[in-house]
Amino acid sequence: MLELTVYGIIYGSIIALGAIGLTLIYGILRFANFAHGDLMSVGAYIALFLISVLFPVLGVPQERFGGTSFGWPLILAMPISAGVTALIAIALDQMFYRPLRARRASPVIVAMASLGAAFIVRNLIYIFWGPDKISYFPGLYRPAWQLPFDIRIRPDELIIVILALSLVASVYLFLQKTKLGKAMRATADNPDLARVTGINTERVRLWTWGIGAGLAALAGIMYGVNAQLYPEMGWSFLLPLFAAAVLGTVGNPYGALIGGLVIGIVQRLSTEWLNPAYQPAVAFLVLIVVLLVRPQGIFGGRS
Amino acid sequence: MELTRLIVSVTFGVLGGWLFSFFGRSLFVRLGLAILGALLLGATIVLAPREWVAYLLAPAITACLYAVLALGLNIQWGLTGLFNIGIAAFFAVGAFTSALITKPMPTGLAAEYTKQLFGWNLPFIYGVLGAALVCGVIALLIGLLTLRLREDYLAIATIGIAESLRLVFQNERWLANGPQPLSGIPKPLFCLVEDPPCVWLPSFIRELLAPLDSRDYGVMLLVLLALSLMGLFWLLQMVTRSPWGRVLRAIREDEAATSAFGKNVFAFKIQAFVLGACVMGIGGALFTASVSTIDFGLFHPMSYTFMIWVMLMAGGSGNHKGAVFGAFAIWAIWVGTTFLSDAVVPFQFKTQVFYVRYLLVGVLLIAILLFRPQGILPEEKGQQ
Repeated sequence: MLELTVYGIIYGSIIALGAIGLTLIYGILRFANFAHGDLMSVGAYIALFLISVLFPVLGVPQERFGGTSFGWPLILAMPISAGVTALIAIALDQMFYRPLRARRASPVIVAMASLGAAFIVRNLIYIFWGPDKISYFPGLYRPAWQLPFDIRIRPDELIIVILALSLVASVYLFLQKTKLGKAMRATADNPDLARVTGINTERVRLWTWGIGAGLAALAGIMYGVNAQLYPEMGWSFLLPLFAAAVLGTVGNPYGALIGGLVIGIVQRLSTEWLNPAYQPAVAFLVLIVVLLVRPQGIFGGRS
Repeated sequence: MELTRLIVSVTFGVLGGWLFSFFGRSLFVRLGLAILGALLLGATIVLAPREWVAYLLAPAITACLYAVLALGLNIQWGLTGLFNIGIAAFFAVGAFTSALITKPMPTGLAAEYTKQLFGWNLPFIYGVLGAALVCGVIALLIGLLTLRLREDYLAIATIGIAESLRLVFQNERWLANGPQPLSGIPKPLFCLVEDPPCVWLPSFIRELLAPLDSRDYGVMLLVLLALSLMGLFWLLQMVTRSPWGRVLRAIREDEAATSAFGKNVFAFKIQAFVLGACVMGIGGALFTASVSTIDFGLFHPMSYTFMIWVMLMAGGSGNHKGAVFGAFAIWAIWVGTTFLSDAVVPFQFKTQVFYVRYLLVGVLLIAILLFRPQGILPEEKGQQ
C-alpha cells in the first residue's frame, strides 16, 4: 500500500505538470484543449531526437550520474524540448486558434480544432518515429534502492518527483509574485474585467500557451524516463489530465496540482484490487464521481 | 451481362443518383441530377473491367457504414450541438452486441477458444435492435451525467467511456473473447446466395437468384447496406423535420431562449444524444454483416471517430444530406489516395504515406473549421 502510494505520487506529479497547463489554457483561453496530451508526446519525442540523434553528432558527453538516466543529454534535452514545444504550441495558436477566436467561434469549435491539431501532431510522430515503443536509453541497467517500509524506488523516480514538485513550486511563485502571473490569474478569473483593467490579454494567452506546453513537454519527458515512448501516449494521458483539472476546479492551477496527485495515487492504489490495465478507467471513474458529487471541483465556489 | 454486375451497377446507379440529387434545389433540377448521377455511376460499373467491380464492392460497403455513423453524429452535433468524441466506442458496442445476439454459443472444443457472455443465435434484425438498445442505454447514462454541466464535459465523458469500454472489452475474456477476436459471426440473408435460395421468398425471385453462389455474397451485402442507409436517412429526415427536430436546432442556436419558451432543454438533449447513439449502434450491427470476425482493435478512434467528424464537417453538419455526401466524398478520396500511393510511392515508404494521409485528414478538419464551417452542403434553412 505504502509503496503504491509512493508510485502514485511519482505518477501523479507527472499528471499534475500536464494538468496545470491544461487548466490554465482551459481557464484563460476558455476551451478544452484535446491536444494537450499530444503536446506531452511532442516534448518527449523532441527530447528523444536530441538524445539519440543530435547530441551524439554534436559530441555531448554521454556519461550519466550513478544509476540514473540523468546526465548531460537529458539535462540539456529538457529545457530545449520544453522551449521548442512551447514555440510549437504558440505557432499552432497563431495558425489555428487565433483566427477562430477572432471570429468569436464557440469554445466547442475551438476544442474541435484542437482535436484536429492533436491528430496532425500525432501523425507527425508516427511518420518520423513509427508506431513502436522506444526508450531514451535502451538496455540501461537502473537498479532500485531499497528504502524502509519495504519501498523500492529507482533514483530516477526520486529525481522526477523532486523535479516535478520544484517545477510546480516555481509555477506557484510565478503566478503569485510576478506581474504576468497575476495577469494570467486575473484573465482566467474574468477575461473582460482583465482587459478593462489594461491587461494585454493576447500577450497573456501567448504566455499561457508557452508555459502550458513547456510543462507538458517536461511531463512527457519525465514519463519517458520511467517508461517507454509511443505515439499514442499523449492520448492515453488525456483522461487523467482532464480528471485532475476538473477535480481541482477548471482554471485553478493549485487545484490541478492536488487533482493530479489524487488521480495518480488513486490510479496506482487501484492496482491492489484491479487489473493494472484499468488505470485510465479508474481516472474516468474519479471524474464521474466528481461530476456527480461536486461538478465545480474541490476549489470551485458556486457551480 | 451476368447477374452480379447488373445488381452492382443498379445499386451504384441508385446511390449515385441519390447523392447527385442532393445538389439540386428545385424538384426539376434534382430529378435531372439524379438521372445524370445514376447513368454516370451505373455505366461505370457496366463498362468497367471485371476485377474493378470486385475492387469497388468493399469500399462502397464501407462508405455506406460511414454514412450511417455520420448520420448518427449529425443528430448529436449537427442538429443539437452535442460534442461526442466516442463514436468508435458506440460503433464497437453496437457491433459486439449484434454479434453476440446473432451468433450461437460455441460448443465442444470451440468453447475452449471462444468465451462469450451469451450467444442467442437470433436473426439479424434482433441484432440490429439490440445494438441500438445497448448503445442507447450507454448514451442515456452519459447524458444524464453530463448534459446538465458545461458543454465540453460531455466531450470529456465520451472520451472516458470510449477508453473504458475499450479496456473492458480487451481485458475481460468472458464478455466477448477479450483480446482474442470473436469469430463465426453469421452472415445475414446468406440464404440469398445459397443453392437453392431462401425458402420464404416468392418463387420468381428464387429463380432469379438461382445463378448466384456464395462468392457473390458481397453483392447482396452492398444492396442490404445501401437499402439500410437510405431507409435510415428517410426515417431520420422525417424525425428531424418534425417539431421535435426544430426544438433541437433551437437548442443549438440559443439554449436560454429555447428554455424560455418552456422547452425542457435537458430532456431534448438527452433524447438527441440517445437517438444518435442508437444510429451509431445500428451502424455497428451492420458492420458485423460485412465481416465474420471482430476484435476491439478494429474500432480505432483514428478511423471511426476522427474520420466521421471530418466527414460530417466536410459534408455539412446540420444537414443529413451533407452527412451522407461527406461520408461518401471523404471515403472516395481516402480510397483513391490509397490506390494512388500504392501505385506511385516506393515500397519502403508505405507506412509513412499511410500516416501522411491521416495527417492531411487533420489538416482538412482544421481547414474546414477555418474556411468553410458550413461544409459542402450547408444546412437548408427555411425548409424545415
